[in-house]
Amino acid sequence: MKGFGTGSSDPELKTATGAQSQAPKVMTGRKGSGRAGSDDGLRTLMKLAARRDRVMLPIWIYALLATVGSTAYSLKKLYPAQADRDQLATSIASNPSLRALYGPLYDTHSLGALTAWRVLGFGGLLIGIMVMLLVTRHTRAEEESGRLELLGSGAVGRNAPLTAALTIACTACFAIGLLAAVVMIVLGQGWAGALAFGGCLFSVGVAIAGAQAVAVQLTETGRGANGIGALILGVAYLLRTVGDAAGSSGGAGWVAWLSPFGWIERVHPWAGNRWWVVVLPLAAGAVAAAVGYRLQSARDLGSGLLPQRPGPPAAGPGLRGVFGGVIGLGRRLQQPALFGWMAGLLAFGVVMGTLAKGIDQLLQENKQVEDIITRYGGVQGLTDSYLATSVSFLGMAAAFYAVQAVLRLRSEETSGRAEPVLAASTGRLAWAGSHLIYPAVGSLLVMACAGLGVGIGAGAVLGDFWGWVGRMLRAGLVTTPALWIVAAVGVALFGLLPKWTAAAYGVLGVVVFIAYLGPAINASQWVLDLTPFTHIPKIPGGVFHWTPLVWMTAVAALLSGLGLDGVRRRDLLP
Amino acid sequence: MTTAISASGLVKTFGRTRALDGLDLTVEEGEVLGFLGPNGAGKSTTIRVLLGLIRADSGTATLLGGDPWRDRVALHKRLAYVPGDVTLWRNLSGGEVIDLLGGLHGGVNAARRADLLERFELDPTKKGGQYSKGNRQKVALIAALASDVELLVFDEPTSGLDPLMEDVFRQCVAEERERGRTILLSSHILSEVEALCDRVDIIRAGKTVETGTLSELRHLTRTTVEAELSGPAPRIEALPGVHDLKADGTKIHCQVDTDHLDGLLKALTAIGVRTLVSRPPTLEELFLRHYEPEGAER
Repeated sequence: MKGFGTGSSDPELKTATGAQSQAPKVMTGRKGSGRAGSDDGLRTLMKLAARRDRVMLPIWIYALLATVGSTAYSLKKLYPAQADRDQLATSIASNPSLRALYGPLYDTHSLGALTAWRVLGFGGLLIGIMVMLLVTRHTRAEEESGRLELLGSGAVGRNAPLTAALTIACTACFAIGLLAAVVMIVLGQGWAGALAFGGCLFSVGVAIAGAQAVAVQLTETGRGANGIGALILGVAYLLRTVGDAAGSSGGAGWVAWLSPFGWIERVHPWAGNRWWVVVLPLAAGAVAAAVGYRLQSARDLGSGLLPQRPGPPAAGPGLRGVFGGVIGLGRRLQQPALFGWMAGLLAFGVVMGTLAKGIDQLLQENKQVEDIITRYGGVQGLTDSYLATSVSFLGMAAAFYAVQAVLRLRSEETSGRAEPVLAASTGRLAWAGSHLIYPAVGSLLVMACAGLGVGIGAGAVLGDFWGWVGRMLRAGLVTTPALWIVAAVGVALFGLLPKWTAAAYGVLGVVVFIAYLGPAINASQWVLDLTPFTHIPKIPGGVFHWTPLVWMTAVAALLSGLGLDGVRRRDLLP
Repeated sequence: MTTAISASGLVKTFGRTRALDGLDLTVEEGEVLGFLGPNGAGKSTTIRVLLGLIRADSGTATLLGGDPWRDRVALHKRLAYVPGDVTLWRNLSGGEVIDLLGGLHGGVNAARRADLLERFELDPTKKGGQYSKGNRQKVALIAALASDVELLVFDEPTSGLDPLMEDVFRQCVAEERERGRTILLSSHILSEVEALCDRVDIIRAGKTVETGTLSELRHLTRTTVEAELSGPAPRIEALPGVHDLKADGTKIHCQVDTDHLDGLLKALTAIGVRTLVSRPPTLEELFLRHYEPEGAER
C-alpha cells in the first residue's frame, strides 16, 4: 500500500490545483457545453491526464510512426521496379483473400500509395485500440475507481473529464497524422498525398474516440467499456474485411463504406486524394461524441446506462466451500470474457473462411494471374496459405485475450479484492490457478472456435465441409502454444516483477507487430524467430512438426512455473 | 490462558520507509485487544504480516500456534478478517460475497447470517458496484461474524458505518467475546476501544509504545485534580509529580502523576478541602500523549 502511486500523484495534484482558478475563464467562450460551467476544471484535468500518459502516449506515437517509416522503407527495397509493383497490384486485384487481409491497392506509381495500402488497415486498427484505451482510462475507469468523485467535488464540471479525454485522444491522433505526413514528405512523397495520408490516421482516431465516448456511458466498469469498444472495433474491422474482399465491382463491396477503417482506405492517398472522404470519420466522430455527452448528462456519476439487475440473495452451490468457492469466483470473473471471445472469433473465423471462395475463380480470369498462383503452389497452395494466415491472425487477436485473462490477477491484487480471499483459507497457488486455467484452457477453446469458424466458412464455400472443419480445427489448436508463451510471460512478470505486469501487453504488441508486419517488410529471419507465431506449423499446406509445439509448451510451462513460485513467495501488493 | 497471537521484534521495510520497527504484540486467547495508533503507524502492516499476506524482514510471530507465513492456509480456516477498505466484485451480489468469503473461512452459520443481515439492515441482492462504502463494510463484517472461527481480525472495521450501525457492531463484538472468541480490533474510535477491549496496545512509527489493560495504562499517566481549599496552598507546586498547576486564590487545578496522587491528597487535606473533583485520564489523553511528536511529550 505504502508508496503505491502516492509519490507521483502529489505533484500532479499540486500542479492541477494551481491551474484550477483559471479554468472557468478559459471555458467561458465555449459553445454548446450545455449548462454553464459544466466544463469547469478542464485545464486541470488535461494537465493531470497528460501527466499520467507522459510515458504511454509517446510510446504509442513512436510505435505507430515507426510502423509507417519502416513499412515505407522496406516496400521500397521489396518492390524497386515498376514491374514488381504492377505484379503486386495484379495479385491484389485478383485475390479477394489478400484484399481481405491487407485492403485494396489503388495505385502503384508512388511509394506513398504502396505505404498507404499497407499501413492504413492495420495502423488504423492500432490507432483505434490506442484511442479506445485512452478515452476509457480518463473517463469510466477514473469514475469507477472513485477518483473522479474526488476531483468532481473540486471545481470540475460534469463534462470536463470526457472533454479532457477526447481532447487528449484527438491531439494524439493529430500528432500521429501530422508526423506521419512529415515522415512521408521526408521520404520524398508528394505533400498532398502525405496530408491526405495523415488526415486518414487522424480522422480514424477521431471516429473511434467518438464511439468510445458513447461506450463509456453504458457500463459501470472500465473493463466493460473496453469490452464494448473492442466489439465496436471488431465489427468495424470485419466490415472492412468483407467489403474489401468483395471489391469495388459490386456485390458486398459497399459494406466497407459502413466502417471507419473502410473510409480511410477510400481516401486514396497519393492515388487521387479524395479529400471529402476524410469528412466521414470526422463527422461520425463528432456525432457520436455528441451522443456521448447527451447520454452522460442523462445519468448519475458512477452509474451506467445498461440496467443493473439485483443479484441472488445467497450464493449458489458454485460459490460455496473452501475449494469450490475460489474456483467458482474465478469462473464468475473470467467466464464472460472467455465466452465473448469464443463467440467473436467463431464469427470472425466464419467470415474469413468464406472469403477463401474467390481464389478458385481466379483461374478462369486471366493468364497472368494463373502464373502468379502457380508460383504460390497452385490454387490449392494459395487457398491453404490464405486459410493458414487467417488462423494465424485470429491467433494474434486471441493472444490479447490470453494476456488479459492473466492480468486479471494483478487487477484483483491492486484493487484489494484478492486480500480477503487470500486472508481466507485459499492458498496463493489455488487463487492464481483459479484464474490461470482460463488463459491455459480458455486459449485452447478460443483457438478451437477460431479454427472451427474458419473451417465452417471455408467448408461451406469450397465443399468437403467436414474435411475443412477438421483441418482448420487442428490449425486453430496448433496455434495455441503461441498464446501460451505470451500469457506465460505475463505470469512470470506477475510473480517476479509484479509492478511490471502490464508490460506483458508490450511484449504482446512486439510479438504481434513482428508476426503481422515482419514477413511483409522482409525482416531478417532472426527477428521473425522472436515471435512464437513464426514457429507454429502452417496448417493446411505446411509440414506438421510436433517439435516446436512441444518446445513452446515447455517454455510456457517453465515461465509460468517461475511466475507461480514468485507468487507463492512474494508479498501481496509490495 | 494460551496466547492466540504473539509477535516480537517485527521489522518490515518498504523501500526507504520503515513501516514496522521492532513491533511487539500479544493477544491472549479469548480476549479483545484494542490495537491503536495514528495513520501510518503500522497497524495494517502488522495485520498483513500476521495474515501471511506479506513477510516480515525480521522478528518472530506466532498465530494460533503456527507460523503466519508458512502455515497460512491452515491457519486461515480458523480466523476471519475484515479489511478497513472493502472492495467487492461488481458482478457478485452482497449475499454471494458473504457466502463465498464465509465458505472460504470454513463455513457460514445460516441462522447467524440471517440474524446479522437483519441487524445490519443489509440488502443482500445488490451487486458489489451498487453498495456504498458503509454497506461494503457490512458485507465483509457479516461474512466474518457469521463464520465459525476462533479468531476475528478487524482493521478499522467501522470506518464508513453510521452511528447506529457502529452500535450494532459493538453489540456483535460483545456477543462474540461472550462466545469466547479472540478478537484483534485495530481502531481509531477510542470510545469503541474503551467499551469493547480488555487490553490495548498503542503503536507509533512501527513500535509498540504502550501495552496493558486500561487500568494499568491509566496508572502510568496523570489524573486531573480540581479542588477548592480552606486556605491558600503555597507549596503544592513543589510536590513531586504535580504538573500544570493553576492556582486562583483558594482554587487549584492541576495534573498529577497517578503514582503521586497520594502525596498530593495528603498535602491538600492538610490545608483543608472544601470540594474535590478528580478525574482519571481518558483513553483519548492516553492516546494523545503518544501521538505528540517526539520531545513534546510530558
